[in-house]
Amino acid sequence: MWSWVLHRITGVAIFFFLLVHILDTALVRVSPEAYNAVIGTYQTPIMGLGEVALVGAIVFHAFNGLRIILIDFWSKGTKYQKVMFYVVIALWVITMLGFTPRHLINVFSH
Amino acid sequence: MSTAVIDEAAPAPTPEVIESFTVTVIIRRFDPEVDEQPKWVDYDVEMFATDRILDALHKIKWEQDGSLTFRRSCAHGICGSDAMRINGRNRLACKTLIKDLDISKPIYVEAIKGLPLEKDLIVDMDPFFESFREVQPFLIPSSKPGAGKERIQSVADRARFDDTTKCILCAACTSSCPIFWTDGQYFGPAAIVNAHRFIFDSRDDAAKVRLDILNDQEGVWRCRTTFNCTDACPRGIQVTQAIAEVKQAIMRGKP
Ligand code: SF4
Ligand code: FES
Repeated sequence: MWSWVLHRITGVAIFFFLLVHILDTALVRVSPEAYNAVIGTYQTPIMGLGEVALVGAIVFHAFNGLRIILIDFWSKGTKYQKVMFYVVIALWVITMLGFTPRHLINVFSH
Repeated sequence: MSTAVIDEAAPAPTPEVIESFTVTVIIRRFDPEVDEQPKWVDYDVEMFATDRILDALHKIKWEQDGSLTFRRSCAHGICGSDAMRINGRNRLACKTLIKDLDISKPIYVEAIKGLPLEKDLIVDMDPFFESFREVQPFLIPSSKPGAGKERIQSVADRARFDDTTKCILCAACTSSCPIFWTDGQYFGPAAIVNAHRFIFDSRDDAAKVRLDILNDQEGVWRCRTTFNCTDACPRGIQVTQAIAEVKQAIMRGKP
């Protein structure tokens, strides 16, 4: 249940990020200055924290996506779905422990 | 009689006092003739730890409010008529013991979700049975057994679909599914479980037909592996597993 709820929420969040991301990247074709101006506004600590949330969402969605593929295609997948969910959480924690400190040091040392 | 004499001589056995508790049950009541909206009503009932939620409902109906409406028939987990949402989880009232619930807090009882509410704890089961009928849940063999013979099946072939023969059509699974809540057209886990029971039966020859029916937009592909159905099933059927097996059978094109 919760794996599904989280998968939905992170999926929708990533969708909206991609939407904005395509729009701001498309600005390059409008004018490079406009693109630089918009990208410049992303270089703030708040956006830095937002990036942590974004990476967290993507990492969860990716690992849980692999878990769902295993549930659908591996004959023992449904039996081990709970274990696999804990593995997803563990992998997520490990990835975020590796990523977050380095990223925040970068963000705040500018 | 001699035994009677012995009985009199023996000290009267102190009647063992079985501890009872006052349990607060909050039921979501709805009378379509009076109420616009369902409303939560509290009842205090005296219960033993070994009583079931069904006993609490009986006590309320028989001693406090005769208008309380719910379905039940066997009272022993066989007929599948009393699935309801107890403390937010779908269960059979006749299989939920008071001692397994936290009675320091009130117990919330409401009708199962996703099917039209008719009165109190009763929902309209027609859409549920409609999906069940659509998967053709009966044996469709293409050949006749020899005169006076039975259809023979090996133990291994029988074991292949054993899990899904246990279904009692209580709708606990289908009405716990978030996909079904938002899309009432979805066949739902119970229909797929009962299709699985025949798709993987070696004596049946219409697996292709059923796989076709379930290879629908509203068929097995609606399943998002939430596992709510597996958690809800009072018969312990591995519902999501059965759905996954049907998905794989559709991809293979045969059981
Ligand atoms: S699969 Fe289980 S929960 Fe679903 S209808 Fe059958 S017995 Fe009830
Ligand atoms: S009353 Fe028959 S299953 Fe509960």
